[in-house]
Amino acid sequence: MGAGHSHPLFLDRPSPVHRLPPEVKLVAAFLGVLCVVATPPGQFAVFGGYLVLLASVWAVARIPPGWILRRSLIEAPFVVLAVLLPLVGEGERTEVLGMSLSVPGLLAGWNILVKGTLGVLTSLTLAATTPLRELLVGMQRLHAPAMVTTITTLMLRYVDVIAGEARRMRVARIARGHDPRFLWQAGATARGIGALFLRSYERGERVHLAMLSRGWTGAMPVLTAGRATAAQWSAGLAFPAVALGLLLSGWSIG
Amino acid sequence: MTAGTHPSPDTTDTARVGPTAPVAALEVTGLAFAYPNGHQALFGVDLRVVPGERVALLGPNGAGKTTLVLHLNGILTAGAGSVLVGGLAVAKPNLSEIRRRVGVVFQDPDDQLFMPTVAEDVAFGPANFGVPPDALAARVDAALAAVGMSEHRDRSPLRLSGGQRRRVSLATVLACDPEILVLDEPSANLDPVARRELAEVLLGLGRTMLMVTHDLPYALQVCPRSVVIDDGVVVADGPTGELLADAELLRRHRLELPFGFRLS
Repeated sequence: MGAGHSHPLFLDRPSPVHRLPPEVKLVAAFLGVLCVVATPPGQFAVFGGYLVLLASVWAVARIPPGWILRRSLIEAPFVVLAVLLPLVGEGERTEVLGMSLSVPGLLAGWNILVKGTLGVLTSLTLAATTPLRELLVGMQRLHAPAMVTTITTLMLRYVDVIAGEARRMRVARIARGHDPRFLWQAGATARGIGALFLRSYERGERVHLAMLSRGWTGAMPVLTAGRATAAQWSAGLAFPAVALGLLLSGWSIG
Repeated sequence: MTAGTHPSPDTTDTARVGPTAPVAALEVTGLAFAYPNGHQALFGVDLRVVPGERVALLGPNGAGKTTLVLHLNGILTAGAGSVLVGGLAVAKPNLSEIRRRVGVVFQDPDDQLFMPTVAEDVAFGPANFGVPPDALAARVDAALAAVGMSEHRDRSPLRLSGGQRRRVSLATVLACDPEILVLDEPSANLDPVARRELAEVLLGLGRTMLMVTHDLPYALQVCPRSVVIDDGVVVADGPTGELLADAELLRRHRLELPFGFRLS
């Protein structure tokens, strides 16, 4: 795919993971996360195993771990939540004195933290190895609801167009002496947003007309003939298979 | 000024009139239309375009040009009168085939190009019209080659210049193999070079064309025949050169050649 829609989470590397068909990676990531979620919170070794598994995928995909970890900072607000939740939650139901927290409370926080982190890391790995456009193709091949893929496809295309329009309107306002730093000028910005909404709505109607003119019937046509081979599926599903093995070993030990 | 009175020996459109004329690419008869708000845009339009003709549709803003275009592929439904495309009536049961036959290139390429990549956008039309996925690539390649955009097939339309976008818009319609191309203001917002390049592409296609435009020199360059529409009716129809030389006709219908331009 071209450079047109490479997103900041995508790391273009020539690797076997990058070459896997998107639908395979989507299914693998989804199943992997399912395994993580199904793991009892007390199985610390199993969670360690998932991390090692992800790290090995990064190695194959030639993604530096630091690159992934920096981007996983997006999770930080949720970490705060995970730390706060047991404190706040416990406070309502049981007596919490000082720093003596109950073991179940800590485990619940750990549960959110570790599963959230592994989920974010898995998603980041998927995003780093799959351009946005291919993710959509993958969703379509997996028979995701047509409306969802259509809307996402249009969003992907028009978010830049609308941002461009917003930028031009802003420049035109500034050129006429508008300075939104002053509170009383915020009204102009608000009206600008309203105008932008109307413009986008009108554009939506014109796009719809243009689509109808080319025979659109309400569903996106299938544009690619390619299908994932059995070998690609088995390569991709090795990831959730190992995760499942870890999960089962955790259960059998616990 | 009617089509029949101007047999032009130098062009191919001498075949466009007479009882032995072939099935018209486009036959509009007595077309009238009023918008739901009561505004009547068309008052009985008659227009016949034969295969291979290139016709410019001229007229001031609000003359009904766009309304007419939207009737040609059944987006709007005639209040009275009829539209035939290659002998097939524009009516609900035929809509899919009509839309394949009539390729409309809209004025703003950003409205027309909505897929993430050029190739996917060009494939959208033929895929809707039932071209199987394994034959799509050949269609896309041929259409992009016809407009000279083959090397940009995997780019986002957003990264293309105005002229390139216009040519890709044209390719998205060519890929459907239409019987008549309908172009809405094709030269709008193009720089002179892009404008000339588009004209070269259009002249090289050898297709039947109806071109809606305000750009009178462009009409003269691309279309041997012009039709002037004003207040919802056809007010003139003839060789473009003759119409544009008729200063009184142009003035009456708010048409104007650019400064310094004179035809005689």
